[in-house]
Amino acid sequence: MKESLRRRAAHLSVLALTPLCACSSGAENPDRAPALLTSDQKEALAAFDVVYEVLQHPRCVNCHPAGDRPLQFADGRLHAMNVQRGSDDRGRPGMRCATCHGSANPELPHLPPGVSTGWRLAPSEMVFEGLSKAELAGMLLDPKRSHMTPDELIEHVAHDPLVQWGWDPGPGREPVPVPHERFVAAFESWVEGGAPVPQGKR
Amino acid sequence: MISLSINGTRREVDVDPRMPLLWVLRDVLGLTGTKYGCGMAQCGACTVHLDGEPLRSCVTPVSSVAGKSVTTIEGLSSDGDHPVQTAWKELAVPQCGYCQVGQMMTAAALIAEVPDPTDDDIDAGMAGNICRCGTYPRIRAAIKQAAKEVSR
Repeated sequence: MKESLRRRAAHLSVLALTPLCACSSGAENPDRAPALLTSDQKEALAAFDVVYEVLQHPRCVNCHPAGDRPLQFADGRLHAMNVQRGSDDRGRPGMRCATCHGSANPELPHLPPGVSTGWRLAPSEMVFEGLSKAELAGMLLDPKRSHMTPDELIEHVAHDPLVQWGWDPGPGREPVPVPHERFVAAFESWVEGGAPVPQGKR
Repeated sequence: MISLSINGTRREVDVDPRMPLLWVLRDVLGLTGTKYGCGMAQCGACTVHLDGEPLRSCVTPVSSVAGKSVTTIEGLSSDGDHPVQTAWKELAVPQCGYCQVGQMMTAAALIAEVPDPTDDDIDAGMAGNICRCGTYPRIRAAIKQAAKEVSR
């Protein structure tokens, strides 16, 4: 485990040098950088595109907001009723997530969805909202913000009921369009390929 | 049969497990203090406590609260003298009154956790309880008065 992490770290340090190498030949052109990547790294970066697409979907972003208020609906507007994070990410006293969100999805639309582990926001450091690919990858790889190792992240995206809820969000809500199995496989490919951090601002 | 704990008393009910807790309280057990407002967790009128935390009973399948402790307004105090109820009476908070049971249940849960609530604590904690009469200034004053009474 430690050895594989070190290997990943080595990959990362190589990639961190990439922009410096690319500077003299037009660093602003994002098409130039991939020429310096191995095929494994290219595959890993392509896999991260899938990861990014999923993690930027409102089913994921709405509870990984930049701030202390959850978002809601497909347009990611601020959650109604002044709902706030609270000290344990499960709401403020009087307005807890579980005050309205139960242990399962309701059968009818327009009602608060639910999940077996209880509704909650991601920790405030684990932001998805508004992040570029590079920023999102950087967050995931920073244990101070993601609170997980890469292997724990794979376990989280594969099995956490609140993650799986994104593909079974109850009536009236769009599930994440990328199939869950494809997302998990892409996450694994990204990690196994050294978890490269995409360059550029988009 | 579903076994419930309502206001400290064990109750057995023979209903569809998907039936909202609110319907069981009002229509099966005759506890009509808790009100039906919107039926979709948008207004707060149906608020009860589940293990001390506020809960919208209108969207809660009764089977999901089996084995947990439910408190309704009828069980908030033995004699209508919970500090929140007393403050509500002293400050004449209700106007039409329909939302006030839900308001008091949320307020009681709030001050149980936050003994000296600020305006911000009250705004955050009470925002899901809607009052069409607009009694919010009196609600806020009554919560502060009740909190003082509790910590006295």
